[in-house]
Amino acid sequence: MAAQRQHQGYEDEKLQRVMERLPCRDVQASLLLALMGEPEQCSYPSIFIYGHRATGKSHVIHTLLKELELPYATVSCVECVSVGLLFEQVLLSLFGSDSASLLSRSPSLSDFVRVYKQLCVQASSKQTRYIVLDRAELLRDMEANLLPAFLRLQELVEDNVTVILLSEIVWDKFRPNTGCFEPLLLYFPDYSKGELQQILSEDSHPSYSPELYSAFINILLGVFYSVCRDLRELRHLAALNFSKFVEPLEQGKVKEGDTHKLWRNIEPHLKKAMQTVYLREVSSVQWEQQLQKEEKEAGAVRGLSAHAHVELPYYSKFLLIAAYLASYNPARTDKRFFLKHHGKIKKTNFLKKHEKTSNHLLGPKPFPLDRLLAIFYSVVDSRVAPTASVFCQISSLVTLQLLNQVGHDDQLDAPKYKCAVSLDFILAISRTVSFDMVKYLYDFL
Amino acid sequence: MTSSVSKGCFVFKPSVKKRRKTPTVEDYFTHGSEDTENSKLRFRNCQTLWDQMKADTELLQDELNRKILDSLLAFIRKNVSTFQRGTDDWASRMRAHEIPTAALVLGVNVPDHDMTFQSLSDQLQQSVTPFVVSVQATECAGQSCVCVCVSASGTPGKKRTSVGKDMQQHPPIVVIFKDLEAFNPRVLQDFILICSRYVEQLPLMFVFGIATSPSTIQHMLPHSVSSLLGIELFQSLSCTQHLASIIDKVILTYQFPFKPSGKVLQVLVSIFLYHDFSVRNFIKGLQLALLEHFHSQPLSVLCCKKEEALVHATELSPRDVERLQQLPSFMRYVEEQGPQEQVELLTSDDHVKEVCQKLLKDLHKYHKNYYPILRCLHVLTASLPKYPLGKQIRELHICCLEKNVWENEEYASAMQLLRMMAKDELTSALQKCAEILKHGKTLLEMKKSRRTKKMSHFEILRDQALEFIDSLVRSHLAPPESQPLYEVCYYSSSAVLRRHLNATPRTSIQTALSNPYHYLKNENLRAEDGTVSNAAPDICIVYKLHLECGRLINLYDWLEAYATVVSAAEGKDPDSADFGKVDELKHARFIQAVSELEFLGFIKSTKQKTDHVSRLTWGGC
Repeated sequence: MAAQRQHQGYEDEKLQRVMERLPCRDVQASLLLALMGEPEQCSYPSIFIYGHRATGKSHVIHTLLKELELPYATVSCVECVSVGLLFEQVLLSLFGSDSASLLSRSPSLSDFVRVYKQLCVQASSKQTRYIVLDRAELLRDMEANLLPAFLRLQELVEDNVTVILLSEIVWDKFRPNTGCFEPLLLYFPDYSKGELQQILSEDSHPSYSPELYSAFINILLGVFYSVCRDLRELRHLAALNFSKFVEPLEQGKVKEGDTHKLWRNIEPHLKKAMQTVYLREVSSVQWEQQLQKEEKEAGAVRGLSAHAHVELPYYSKFLLIAAYLASYNPARTDKRFFLKHHGKIKKTNFLKKHEKTSNHLLGPKPFPLDRLLAIFYSVVDSRVAPTASVFCQISSLVTLQLLNQVGHDDQLDAPKYKCAVSLDFILAISRTVSFDMVKYLYDFL
Repeated sequence: MTSSVSKGCFVFKPSVKKRRKTPTVEDYFTHGSEDTENSKLRFRNCQTLWDQMKADTELLQDELNRKILDSLLAFIRKNVSTFQRGTDDWASRMRAHEIPTAALVLGVNVPDHDMTFQSLSDQLQQSVTPFVVSVQATECAGQSCVCVCVSASGTPGKKRTSVGKDMQQHPPIVVIFKDLEAFNPRVLQDFILICSRYVEQLPLMFVFGIATSPSTIQHMLPHSVSSLLGIELFQSLSCTQHLASIIDKVILTYQFPFKPSGKVLQVLVSIFLYHDFSVRNFIKGLQLALLEHFHSQPLSVLCCKKEEALVHATELSPRDVERLQQLPSFMRYVEEQGPQEQVELLTSDDHVKEVCQKLLKDLHKYHKNYYPILRCLHVLTASLPKYPLGKQIRELHICCLEKNVWENEEYASAMQLLRMMAKDELTSALQKCAEILKHGKTLLEMKKSRRTKKMSHFEILRDQALEFIDSLVRSHLAPPESQPLYEVCYYSSSAVLRRHLNATPRTSIQTALSNPYHYLKNENLRAEDGTVSNAAPDICIVYKLHLECGRLINLYDWLEAYATVVSAAEGKDPDSADFGKVDELKHARFIQAVSELEFLGFIKSTKQKTDHVSRLTWGGC
């Protein structure tokens, strides 16, 4: 490989091994190696790597750093509920187990910089140190000075250190208002279909020929490539369905070369897998069990979304119906729907220009509690005393996420709500109390 | 961050003399009653009965939960064995590691779930793993809280970082999310992401308690997160079925002498169906009814097991005998007797006690017959189209409690429908009846023998069987009011119960404001209907005056009116110069009253018009 000769300072053998472990990522890996330079050369302060899920970002970085035996620390920001944890982990991996004790209990950024400097002097090394921050987008939610500081950490600690940020989001979404040091941007593109085929084929089953497995992967990609390009997910699906694929071979019905028959056998299962196990409607274990006993009864396990029905107390149903009406009908039209002698008002008469679009397309609108109760009392067919339990039910509906409270939680007077259920859901609910929902909806007038 | 507040704490040790005995529940029960012995006895009755009912319901609930708990435990055990077996074969190496997750759908009434979760975590701790953690959304507002909660309760005395090393060969860690819907989705996602990083080393498992429907999981978690979970669904018994079995066990039984009347039962059931779906609240309501019955009805000493009741009947005090004689049902009984008997019943205490024993026996016998026949009738009518006598047995029960069921139109139509029923359906229903009645040991032999004959004369037989059922209904399903001494066992003050269970804050406030006498019981405040005495508290006067206004209220006019009323209350001469004059004190009192009214939500300030406030309620005088 021509590219490799440029990376001096590393053993050729190691480089060879690294490159073998990074299929279809040669370009990115050599670019990174070029950026890193020789181990003792001063490196660029910060590198920002982005790309979709499972495009090999962490894999490439970790393989490089690990195989080339460079000093590095890797931290997943999702674990760092406090900045202290993040600092602690960085120091632990760079300077060994005693280092973190130098940090105070809830360290600030300057504490970290001070301790880092102190430790650097003790354990001076000319090699570039690397700090890898995975899921770096979460840094934005932490203290405001953290991200800019990490970007120019090299200057702050006066050490040969490079910070590598990994994220699924583009850099434009990171840049603080106040400006900051611009890191080098490196994009990891999605794997193409051919690349996926190549990578997945490498996992071939020990008891079968690689060609057979490759053929299986080909079929799998044919079904799933249009919806899923996530390598991990595809590998998982391949593992789940391979046993079904080789079933005719095991039974001796088909020979290995007869790919057409094998395809005929597996294709319907893969299609079904797309609707169930891929969406996690059923768990993988359930899916495997189902594959085994399937001949007897297909579709025995019902998915999660098949159980959409919710049982609610009688008044809760009406409260939800009232909330739905309040969310999707303009307030002006309440008179038309809930007054006995509203006269003949046609839709066109009070149609305002901006209301021509369907309210259902615009989504639910917030409404005050008073309006909800007014509609509730007019739709419920019996006299309801305004007892505490009616109000309790409203807050229960909020906890169940069927209603959302808009604005602050501590609003005592005139709280506002939004209805958070779909039309299908409310139609099902209204059917159980024999309430003609459509008759009351402005959009369906 | 933290403001320093120094707090002083001073301890005064109470002197021994001053320390008083804290009253027990029994003291509360007997407080204010003239006949302490009697009420002590009633209290004991009440307690034994309640203890028994409680034990029975708990047993029943355990049984109902058992099925779902067993399948959950099986799921967790299966996953434990997968963890322990290790994963060496090709497929499991290739597969993504999912966190085994049980989605437990429990129905919308969240407080009822506590018991289920409690027994789940108890059973897990006993038989599977010591590391069971239950977390609630209220404890977990932020990411750190979840971690802290989980690690604090999961591994007592250890730091989170050390958990990983300790657990490798150890039982799994089960995290129970009691109320999934209430969790902040962001927090949950992050927690799952963190957990999934360690799932290869740590045997983690989740249980999601879901109140609505399992699709909530998909609403809360994006695919990238839900793909980390292997979710299996577990659905519990619906709460209406749960209620039905509780009613069956506690109310439709001869075992417990205490009976709620039709109205009371209706109140309890409608709270359940209309408001909360909470079986726990239903049982609490029943407990309240029980307590009220024993507290308010002195003759409830007789409401206990038959043998004890007969003993108690002989020990009735003269005052109790008098009460007995005044019972409407007893008076009705007396009227039906011959003149000689009537005199004796009204004069001789001993004779009354004797008759009382006989009547108690009759009452017990009535109950013994009532329930089997009720079940029979239900079995026969429950499968009829449109359910003329109700789908649930409780509906039929309430119907029978209220009046003679055979006088209902629905009963007649049900009988009509039964005559039209297909042969095999009718026989199977009758067979079920026969089974129920076998336990009750009533006169059934006659009917059974007839039914076993060949179906050649099916029509004759059918009419005879139905006539027989009809006669059973007529003789045994009479409403309890027809039974002498029914007041001893039946609690019928549904209004009291409703007032206690259905709090109406708004109505109470309005009553307090418009009729202060209702709560204060001060004779000065007694006023004609609809008026407020001018000696009433300021807020009542202000409230009354504001009812006379439209949507906007002029504050100055309001103040003037208030001053006039208050001056009259002070007894000033209406013709004097300073009558109705606003002085500082009146002004201050007025402002206070108005702001109280604002606090209660009757008015609020408005920018529509200067010096005006707007009313938030409508109506008035």
